[in-house]
Amino acid sequence: MSDAVSAEKIPVTVLTGYLGAGKTTLLNRILSENHGKRYAVVVNEFGEIGIDNDLVVGADEEVFEMNNGCICCTVRGDLIRILGGLMKRKGRFDAIIVETTGLADPAPVAQTFFVDEDVQKHARLDAVVTVADAKWLSERLKDAPEAKNQIAFADVIVLNKTDLVSPDDLAEVEGRIRAINPYARLHRTERCRVELADVLERNAFDLDRIVDLEPDFLNPGDDHDHDHHGHDHDHDHHHRGHSSHGHGGMKHYHDEDMQSLALKSEAPLDPVKFMPWLQGLVAKEGQKILRSKGILAFKDDDERYVFQGVHMMLEGDHQRPWRDGEQRLSRLVFIGRDLPEQAIRDGFTACIAAS
Amino acid sequence: MSGLGAERPERIASVADQVAAIALKAPATAVHFLGERAVFVGSEKTCTLAAPDGTPQPVTVTDGAILCTVSDGMRVVLGCDDGRVVSLDADAAVTTLATDAKRRWIDCVALHKDGTLAWSAGKTAFVRGRDGAEKSWEAPSTVGGLAFAPKGVRLAVAHYGGATLWFPNMTAKPERLDWAGSHLGIAFSPDGRFVVTAMHEPALHGWRLADGRHMRMTGYPARVKSMAWCGGGKLLATSGADCLILWPFGSKDGPMGKEPMMLAPLTTRVSCVAAHPTQDILATGYEDGTVLLVRLPDGAEILARERDGDAIAALGWSASGETLALATEGGAAGLLKIV
Ligand SMILES: [Zn+2]
Repeated sequence: MSDAVSAEKIPVTVLTGYLGAGKTTLLNRILSENHGKRYAVVVNEFGEIGIDNDLVVGADEEVFEMNNGCICCTVRGDLIRILGGLMKRKGRFDAIIVETTGLADPAPVAQTFFVDEDVQKHARLDAVVTVADAKWLSERLKDAPEAKNQIAFADVIVLNKTDLVSPDDLAEVEGRIRAINPYARLHRTERCRVELADVLERNAFDLDRIVDLEPDFLNPGDDHDHDHHGHDHDHDHHHRGHSSHGHGGMKHYHDEDMQSLALKSEAPLDPVKFMPWLQGLVAKEGQKILRSKGILAFKDDDERYVFQGVHMMLEGDHQRPWRDGEQRLSRLVFIGRDLPEQAIRDGFTACIAAS
Repeated sequence: MSGLGAERPERIASVADQVAAIALKAPATAVHFLGERAVFVGSEKTCTLAAPDGTPQPVTVTDGAILCTVSDGMRVVLGCDDGRVVSLDADAAVTTLATDAKRRWIDCVALHKDGTLAWSAGKTAFVRGRDGAEKSWEAPSTVGGLAFAPKGVRLAVAHYGGATLWFPNMTAKPERLDWAGSHLGIAFSPDGRFVVTAMHEPALHGWRLADGRHMRMTGYPARVKSMAWCGGGKLLATSGADCLILWPFGSKDGPMGKEPMMLAPLTTRVSCVAAHPTQDILATGYEDGTVLLVRLPDGAEILARERDGDAIAALGWSASGETLALATEGGAAGLLKIV
């Protein structure tokens, strides 16, 4: 598990989204607006960006398997090379945006930041931002697994073209998004008119910032208890809207194959049991787990431990001392496909330290 | 292995005080020699020529980043992110040798001793002979590294899934050397019998060209970024471990089933190696800023730079072997006369 994030590392935002959803509009805004920041942009189609900038670099989306022979353990080989080249011009830009094609799986991009030592030394993954078309997303979620991946992976979702759908349809598509990923920040926009500060430099992958993400990431919101599993003490599905929007009548969906699973324990965890369990879980089920995050209270440990992962790759560290009066609650979230829910919950329960 | 860096200066001879500092405007990523003049290659825009007395002469070679470099001792060839391949000679003359039609980044360059030039942009490898004729070959993925064979015009191209030997002047089909994974650096052994790649994972892979037999060279804690042939071409020295790693290539089986020799251990990793052109001495740079001159085969050491936490980015010997040039990631640089 790796070290803490250095402030000097260049933040990298990964911009995903289906063709036509509005990624290019957002990119052009980022490149043309006067926000005082300089961006280097890695694009997959040169022609789409209407701006002549020598810090716009074309990419080939070369996905390389790592030598463990596992199909989910992949990195973007071209990105390693491009980030290396861009670092030769460090000082000429403040941040990097990596655009992926509409069909791309965000995992290889994210995993590049977990495995490559040189990339880790100079850059840090800031957030995965997914631009989605309010009009077409519901359809794409039915027929395109990559659209589902991009929603599941997102830290920030820009739900664009909301002016083209009825309030009912909008509630429907938001319900479908939340069924897959209740933890991302969701912004409703027209023509990608979103505050850039809501999209860029989110620090969503920063272990030190998990504390600040709590309202978004672990806010119980309008909880639904699912007592049918008999695990009401450690199980709730979170269905939560962005704080600036009312979602009184939000539709409630269960996605057939992509879910999120939240676990909680008020009793401290046994680190000797928990760490091997978590590592074993992602080693065994990592192909199904797209994202994982957690804040953990270990027995006889006065510091919070935080972790996050992508498929089989994890990073974690002690974050800070628990504050006086702060409830020492352990919370974990998994987003994935066909998650073995009962097995995960049983495994987690077994990690609670004997009192 | 009780190689604590702090103990070394007391135990071993030091010539660190004889290094003449060179003032660079920006850190160098590579260093070559053109005669007795050192060329410190910056990460963007500028190379700095340094006379034997240390006087620096900055030369602008591009407006952008310098992505790769190679030298044959007559000229320094640079691949840039503005799509140009340029050369710099000892008189500070800059010549554009090639410009990519799509202005793609030039990721790799290689020089044959007969003057043939190779470069790559994306998946395409290009070769230009002395007669000026240009040929290209499409690799299956982005080219990770280029190297000419010591004899004949044969170019080894590293890529994802292995390497390919391409004969630009012959109609023969390129010869594929398979091995799963991403291959970056590439080198022929000086006798031309082996090809070795530095992989993206912390390992080298080798092929015996006579029969394609594989050689896995693993056990590194970090990726190998620097390799140098030494010991009369029978040893391959590498970075990537907390000591100098030397793989034996002298026998007909190369390092197959053999352990590497390990010299000069410190509590930090080797970042850079450079073989003396005539004697069995390896300049070895470390991530903590130490430079040791390591003698083969007994491993006797002389301290050439004391550690200061500033990782060694580049080392290079003049063709005469009289001068060692060194550069750090932080921008320090120097010349050491070995008499
Ligand atoms: Zn995997």
